[in-house]
Amino acid sequence: MTNASTHGDTHVHVVPVRTLIGVFGTLIALTAVTVAAAELSLGDWDVAVAMAIATIKASLIALIFMHLKYDNAFHGLMLLFAVVFVALFLALTLLDEERDSGQTGDAAVVELSTN
Amino acid sequence: MWLFLVSEILFFSGLFVAYAIYRNRHIEVFTAGSGLLDVSLGALNTVVLLFSSLTMALAVRSAQLSQRRRLVMWLSITIACAVFFLGVKGVEYSHKVHDGLLWQGAITAEPGTEINGVPTEKLGTFFSIYFAMTGLHALHIIGGIGVLIWLLVRAIRGDFSGTNFAAVDFAGLYWHLVDLVWIYLFPLLYLI
Repeated sequence: MTNASTHGDTHVHVVPVRTLIGVFGTLIALTAVTVAAAELSLGDWDVAVAMAIATIKASLIALIFMHLKYDNAFHGLMLLFAVVFVALFLALTLLDEERDSGQTGDAAVVELSTN
Repeated sequence: MWLFLVSEILFFSGLFVAYAIYRNRHIEVFTAGSGLLDVSLGALNTVVLLFSSLTMALAVRSAQLSQRRRLVMWLSITIACAVFFLGVKGVEYSHKVHDGLLWQGAITAEPGTEINGVPTEKLGTFFSIYFAMTGLHALHIIGGIGVLIWLLVRAIRGDFSGTNFAAVDFAGLYWHLVDLVWIYLFPLLYLI
């Protein structure tokens, strides 16, 4: 993010090529897993599984490609807050949906638990 | 930069909430609509975008190490991937236009018939969300290409070095975020 000449307490972290390629390989593998899992037709669990895999992929990108792992923790906290707010929006919306529709709504519960 | 990325996430979150509401209310329309998308083209674009994130990360690395030629190469590959992604998206859009599967109110697929057990008139609910989400995402790709070309020009000029690579770094963060959004869009729209 910043370099050593402007901020004494941080340093440039050059991520090794091997790590970057390893992350890319994992991301491709997880894409294959998510496509395969979708064909299994897991019913209500489809959404949960797909979102869980997507979140693992997103975490890998955020931690390594966006170098949050090596970065000022405050940046990671900001991203986390944004994600928490998105989860809050989805959770409150779906709770409201449940009350309006009066369905048993397993799908909504699944979405709540994964976002 | 991170504040901008956070605002971008919240910007997209509105569409994800819209998706959740409509999917919750019309699950059968979403299942049918999703079945009409080409999974292999979607998966291809996912791989292309993930690869472009790798080349972008390698570009940042080259800038940090003051490797000008490599930086130019990685940036060029990233731009090529972005253009390829838009090309595939264009092919998908033109298929949908050809089949008359557009947003609500613009559907021209034969009325009164059913596709995947859902009347064609109803599929607009899914395709409205599909075009809004992928369209906004595509606009971000186009914006990203603009920034990457600017970086490429500056990289060729030799502007970046181990002590001055913040612009490449920030563009990289933005590019990865666009990739992140797609990682959620692909399963939500194509797979489930």
